[in-house]
Amino acid sequence: MHRILGGLAAVLLALGLWVGLGLAPRDAVQGNAQRIMYVHVPAILTGYVAIGLVLVASVAYLWTRRAVWDRVAAAAGELAVCFVGLTLATGSIWGKPTWGTWWTWDARLTSTALLFVIYLGYLLLRSVVEDPERAATYAAVLGIVGALDVPIIHFSVEWWRTLHQPATVLKPQAPSMDPAMYRALMVNVVAFLATFAYLAIRRYRLLTLRAEALTRTIAGV
Amino acid sequence: MSPFLRTAWAVFRKDIAVERRAKEGANALGFFALLLLFLFYFALGPDGDRIRAALPGLFWLAFILAGVLGLGRAFALEQENDCLDGLILAPADKGAIYLGKLAGTTALMLGMEVAFITATGIFYNLDIWAAVPRLLLVALAGTVGFAAVGTLFAAMTAHLRAREVLLPVLLLPLAVPVLLAAVKLTDLALAGEGWGPAWPWWQLLLGFDVVFLVAGLLTFEFVLEA
Repeated sequence: MHRILGGLAAVLLALGLWVGLGLAPRDAVQGNAQRIMYVHVPAILTGYVAIGLVLVASVAYLWTRRAVWDRVAAAAGELAVCFVGLTLATGSIWGKPTWGTWWTWDARLTSTALLFVIYLGYLLLRSVVEDPERAATYAAVLGIVGALDVPIIHFSVEWWRTLHQPATVLKPQAPSMDPAMYRALMVNVVAFLATFAYLAIRRYRLLTLRAEALTRTIAGV
Repeated sequence: MSPFLRTAWAVFRKDIAVERRAKEGANALGFFALLLLFLFYFALGPDGDRIRAALPGLFWLAFILAGVLGLGRAFALEQENDCLDGLILAPADKGAIYLGKLAGTTALMLGMEVAFITATGIFYNLDIWAAVPRLLLVALAGTVGFAAVGTLFAAMTAHLRAREVLLPVLLLPLAVPVLLAAVKLTDLALAGEGWGPAWPWWQLLLGFDVVFLVAGLLTFEFVLEA
């Protein structure tokens, strides 16, 4: 099952690279730098999916107390940091030629950076609590509180200052984008989501094996 | 009074009594805030205009830095003599214990904040007295929000090895909306602006307070019993 998903993700990523770098037209204003959007936007959408999964798994863990959900949350939390970090990195690389700066304190940059720090803290909390059950509970509480803060941070920073272009894909009207670009973007979104699913499943499996090994070691002693 | 509120009140009174008798927490916090006042002046002074322009940010930097210390202490105290176990074993609603601890920390922080605002007016030679009532309202709303998240995290980190570092690392990014709204509201209050431009920020700050009070009340039980 995971082999098929992994293969599918690899094929889709390759396809996404091809349509993004080859088939999609060059941007009239930004030139080739715009093509980084085909990585940037899928990365943040996947990051949001990961954060949402952390929230769902955290609530489920506190509800059911089953370690399964803790492992889902752990896997999703790591991938959230990974994909949000990728968003920040690609955004920076795009910002240098386009805005003329690696970093600016624009609303969305700032709130995304905060997300990155919050989920980095989430991983940190997981790593310092020794008792696994306690670590799971604490992480679940932070996973819930952190996700609750996401919209509040978004609005507060939005009011504080904004410079970023308004959302193009996730807005109510039809996307204002060349259809060929839109297709390239969607291929990459699907590719990133498939990659996320594959990595999450593998990470989950690894965490399960590790927990089982630990139980066996303790039982053996 | 309902049993819930009675429990919260008892925990609050216990914390206040401990502070009143030992005085170390309040004294240390007040002293730390005063030190910050000096440090800010060395860093930004002696130009009075620069200090005046940065004042809203300085207030909240001081409140938050001192607040992290106060929060850490609120649960470090419970670690001594296994007081925390007593709280956990008490046949009471854990949400009420959360509320009591939150009220205790808020009261301690508010005391420090009043002292800080007064000392600022005196030491920096600023005429901020007309704005004080509104400043106190902002301080109250901001402190409740900050302490609502902070109490939850302080309970988590109190017994961890890396607690001194971990509490601010977890708390500060989450408290950014409080910082933004409170600094903005402090700025408006100091400038003597009307309530109109402040309203959206009040909504944000009070919304934050409500969301994290409810989240804290609901999840504190899990944290205590973990």
